[in-house]
Amino acid sequence: MTTSNSLAWIIAVPFFAAAVLPMVRRLGKAWVLPTALIGSGAALIFALYAAAIVVGSGEPVRHELGGWEPPWGIELRMDHLSAVMTVLIASLSFLVLVFGRGGMEKRLEGRSHFYYSMYMLFTVGLFGMVLTHDLFNLYVFLEVSSLAGYSLIAVGERASPFAAFRYLILGTLGALLFLLGLGYLYAITGTLNFIDVAERLAPLGDSRAALVALALMLTGFGIKAALFPLHAWLPDSYAYASNLTVAFMAAVGTKVGAYGIFRVLFTIYETGNLQFHMPVVQIMGILAAIAILAGSILAMAQSDLKRMLAYSSVSQIGYVLLGFSMLNANGIMGGVLHIVNHAFMKCCLFLVVGAMMAQVGHRDIRRLSGMGRKMPWVMAAFSLAAISMIGLPPTAGFFSKWYLILGAVDAGSWIFVAVILVSSLLNAAYFFRVLERVYLKREDPAEAALETAVATTSATPVSGSSALAVQPEEALEVREEEAPRPWLGPGTLPATMLAPIGITAISLLALGLGSAWLVENVLRFIVPGGL
Amino acid sequence: MLHDILGWYNYWLIAVLILVGIYGMMAKRNLLKKLMGMNILQVSIILFFLTLSPKEEGSMPVFDAELASTAAGYANPLPQALMLTAIVVGVATTGLALALLVRVHRTFGTLEEDDIMEDLR
Repeated sequence: MTTSNSLAWIIAVPFFAAAVLPMVRRLGKAWVLPTALIGSGAALIFALYAAAIVVGSGEPVRHELGGWEPPWGIELRMDHLSAVMTVLIASLSFLVLVFGRGGMEKRLEGRSHFYYSMYMLFTVGLFGMVLTHDLFNLYVFLEVSSLAGYSLIAVGERASPFAAFRYLILGTLGALLFLLGLGYLYAITGTLNFIDVAERLAPLGDSRAALVALALMLTGFGIKAALFPLHAWLPDSYAYASNLTVAFMAAVGTKVGAYGIFRVLFTIYETGNLQFHMPVVQIMGILAAIAILAGSILAMAQSDLKRMLAYSSVSQIGYVLLGFSMLNANGIMGGVLHIVNHAFMKCCLFLVVGAMMAQVGHRDIRRLSGMGRKMPWVMAAFSLAAISMIGLPPTAGFFSKWYLILGAVDAGSWIFVAVILVSSLLNAAYFFRVLERVYLKREDPAEAALETAVATTSATPVSGSSALAVQPEEALEVREEEAPRPWLGPGTLPATMLAPIGITAISLLALGLGSAWLVENVLRFIVPGGL
Repeated sequence: MLHDILGWYNYWLIAVLILVGIYGMMAKRNLLKKLMGMNILQVSIILFFLTLSPKEEGSMPVFDAELASTAAGYANPLPQALMLTAIVVGVATTGLALALLVRVHRTFGTLEEDDIMEDLR
């Protein structure tokens, strides 16, 4: 097993960038974004380096923080799953930052350094969560990423602080439930290191405390991952937050919750003991199946494109957890593969929404007619991501669903096979609804008239009741925020916006074609022994 | 029966506090009261950890050869160290939540969830 302190650098570099960003701002506005990009880019390089060692040697890389040997000290360890997650987080964090060049600065007018500082902290929290091998450290990094995430969500439209507060309440509940479950595990094992806990937990397989701890931890991470009945925070947060935040958070934020569930289920609890804990895992599987269907159905009912994608996230996280709940190799590999694929798909889709809002200033599905002619390349990326979401070969989405179906067949649960197939149809229904508007409908004069009508009504203060209650100058500010205007002329999308969209879209094809390599060299090692 | 309650009174107390906290977070319609519920839940979990640490006949966890020579003679210091971190996290969360509430109040003029939802509709 190799030791490498690049693991510590992955966390330290963006953390340092977060700390110096407010200071760098003193040198001038031009320094802010480069600092963030350097922090994120260096983390990406370290992540790729460490991941290359893991994949090359087939063994985990580890680092003992401060030279303290585990179980006394905190251990960072990158195994194959952590390698996948770290590279995913690092690359998407970098791409989304590139995309946001300029837009955020225009919006926050000289205060964007705080935004980027929080963005870096959010990244640090996610890196920490996927690299640490210590339960309490996992909780701390979970809170670091969550706190930064709440403040990121609060930057956006008028209602975004309210959405952020609701997320804060639910998210903290999730983190605290995890902390309580961790307390149970500590009480019965007396240790916090993953591997140490797993060893001591194995003979305690049928203890009721272990069962309660499992239920608490899964519920806690379930809230973070927005598993179906616990998803209430997600649609509002995604709909009101700024596009930059959502593109990154939708891609990896909820996935890290799913990662936590994976760790709890397969690293901490021995797979043999899971037979005893079956009811808890089965409940999770059923909830995931309901999530897949309910998320898709709710997505069909939305007219706001961002809200539709948010509900589709609820349904997609269901696939991942459904895969884990099958407790067999194909299901688990399909779940992890879907984490990666869905991260790229959702990132691409939300980046397209961001580009669209920059150009036409709205995101109403009913007013998308003719967009295919206005923004051909961006819409091509959108279609590719949509096709991948539906799961047509050779895009990435097909392969993860394939493994999930194989897993469901292995587990002998035909209902799950049906759920996956039906939900693909539902996905097709709500994405074709958008694509039909974009490509097949001409922009007819009646609709253009409606568009101007909508534009004028949204320009006047709508919410009379409370807008009147606040101070006049604040009311003015609110109105400004409420009608998002395009800030770029037609056909002038800068290369820094087009490139990330293009890269995420092309990587969907690359992930699809390279999925055999990924399964053979990486995902195979993720499946815990005995399954 | 009596022993079950009195012998484990700290756990019963913590269980009650946890339920009060969750009730406040979920059922109260005022955002500030939700925040209070969250704080109660935080404190109850901190108490839960702290209650794991003392031992019968155990002294404070500073090594002194005259007091005891084995770990059994000292309280477990780790939960206290962990909870120090958890308290810091709790303070940060509360601070951020209060800042968000100031923004919410400035925008909507109220902290009642129902009124805000009405406004958003």
